[in-house]
Amino acid sequence: MAVQEYIRDRFFPQMWCEGCGHGTILNSLLRAIEDLGISKSDIVMTSGIGCSARISGYVDFHSLHTMHGRALACATGVKMAKPELNVIVPMGDGDALAIGGNHFIHACRRNIDMTAIVMNNRIYGMTGGQYSPLSGVGTMATTAPYSSIDNAFDVVKLAEAAGATFVARTTTYHVAEAVTYLKKAIQHKGFSVVEIMSQCPTYYGRKNKKGSAVNMLEWFKEITGKLGSKELEDNPSLIARGIFVDEDKPEYCSEYNKIIERASKR
Amino acid sequence: MTKKIKFVQGNEACVEGALYAGCSFFAGYPITPSTEIAELLAARLPQHGGTFIQMEDEIAAMSAIIGASLTGKKVLTATSGPGFSLKQEAIGYACMAEVPCVVANVQRGGPSTGNPTHVAQGDINQARWGTHGDHSIIALTASNHQDIFQMTVDAFNLAETYRTPVILLFDEAVGHLRAKLEIPTEGELHVVDRLRTSLPEGVNYHPYLPREDGRLPMSDFGDVHRYNVTGLFHDMWGFPTADPTYINDLLHHLVDKIENNVKDITRYKEHFMDDAQYVLVSYGSSARSAIHLATERRLRGERLGVLELQSIWPFPKELIREKCDSARAVLVCEMNMGQLTAHVRAAVRKPNRVFLANRTDGKLISPLDIKRSLRMIQGRGV
Repeated sequence: MAVQEYIRDRFFPQMWCEGCGHGTILNSLLRAIEDLGISKSDIVMTSGIGCSARISGYVDFHSLHTMHGRALACATGVKMAKPELNVIVPMGDGDALAIGGNHFIHACRRNIDMTAIVMNNRIYGMTGGQYSPLSGVGTMATTAPYSSIDNAFDVVKLAEAAGATFVARTTTYHVAEAVTYLKKAIQHKGFSVVEIMSQCPTYYGRKNKKGSAVNMLEWFKEITGKLGSKELEDNPSLIARGIFVDEDKPEYCSEYNKIIERASKR
Repeated sequence: MTKKIKFVQGNEACVEGALYAGCSFFAGYPITPSTEIAELLAARLPQHGGTFIQMEDEIAAMSAIIGASLTGKKVLTATSGPGFSLKQEAIGYACMAEVPCVVANVQRGGPSTGNPTHVAQGDINQARWGTHGDHSIIALTASNHQDIFQMTVDAFNLAETYRTPVILLFDEAVGHLRAKLEIPTEGELHVVDRLRTSLPEGVNYHPYLPREDGRLPMSDFGDVHRYNVTGLFHDMWGFPTADPTYINDLLHHLVDKIENNVKDITRYKEHFMDDAQYVLVSYGSSARSAIHLATERRLRGERLGVLELQSIWPFPKELIREKCDSARAVLVCEMNMGQLTAHVRAAVRKPNRVFLANRTDGKLISPLDIKRSLRMIQGRGV
């Protein structure tokens, strides 16, 4: 099936700004799904609120555009009610880790079989450029006019510590990597987290003097290094890209099926 | 066939009613005094292939039942005061996205953490106006176990019929009271199944295009029709829109689908109402005391009647006006500062004849409490 067939083209043009990285993530995701050959009716995409969340409207899957931060909680209901569905949950950084932080760590802990994508542009874009829990110290934002003093979460460490069984990170510069990681994440039986650093030239870029979208993509190339590479070894201050966790552990829906078996015998 | 009779808590009557209505998914979070509903369903649901999940918080529990409902399941969550506050965001979402679901609120004393282990009825207005924006809502209540069972079944039926969240406003006293429950046999009570579209694959399905009778057939997530669900104002495809016409039409639809059907939704009972000079309007466990007092006073020849509401929202304004019209005085018996009383006053022709008999100290309002208020308004002193 051609990638275009996964799109609801009557809802285009999409509403993201010129140069936004989120379209690249949508593209990577659709190519991953195309490669895997999953039927459109077997996928539920659940999103929250923000620029990232609008992704669910553009895809021809069952789509659930929920509340700010609640995408994973709604997705848990979908998955538990119909475990045979593929559940994909794209979220923004504020969506997933500020207002939705509790749902995020608990979804990791349960190891419920779904794919969480953190579309990390380090800013609240929809509301006009406020700092997020992934902005980090020193970031300029409309609510940090003297620069942010808030430490950032490391999504990879957080997800791993909370119990996610597949954790990867890449950027919108590294599109081939993104497709590969998303494919692996969707195929993985358990809770998968893929962080994709995405450029927001409109707010993050402008506030932090990062230049155009192209400049920001080049910046992603400069500040990251692939796991196991000499580049990363030589310069540990780089942000690591790669697959950090990929392990097989009891999955929540399968475990609940065992509960049903036990309860039915009573 | 002999009927199944159980000696149970009110909360268990709710569980039995939910299972009878076909509930197969529950998500919850522990909170007094509703926890027994979660505990019992954790045991019962998997016995029939259903699903129970304890979520990380009240918001997540409400969100999870919305997700599950969209896959075609009949869903329930249960909570009390503080949890009900937290669920409001997702209740508003379910109103907007028209997702059938049932929320049991076993009321305790508030505001805030309040009085967790004691009875109150302070969430009457929150059930109606707890979430932001205009919409309508259905809220049912009950004063005894048989009615809790019936109202729970009705809640599921109304949720399916009107594609809306339905609130069950129970209270701690009736929720924890142990009494007899006769479980109706299969088929004895009407159960409304999910209305699903009959459109085949390849034919355009519009999830938000009402049929001629106003109902919106659904399609389960995972089935052949793929559509968008959102909390934004949306068009018939479920796709976000800022078109003023669509916004206005949808808002009116959300209100009208319920407010235009008050008669169908309203549930009530009359006790000694035929020739009543004084009318006690009450609901939930307060109604038990009102009925007790009326029964007792009737023996002394006093013409006292009780109008027991089993549905609070949409407010049965016409019913109240009609039943209270010839009364010398109306006494609303409730365990709050007069939340229902204000609506009764707004409904009747002579609002200065409507009085409040209440108790707000965590103790169940007694027949004596109501009798004292009644004697005061009768000018007979306490």
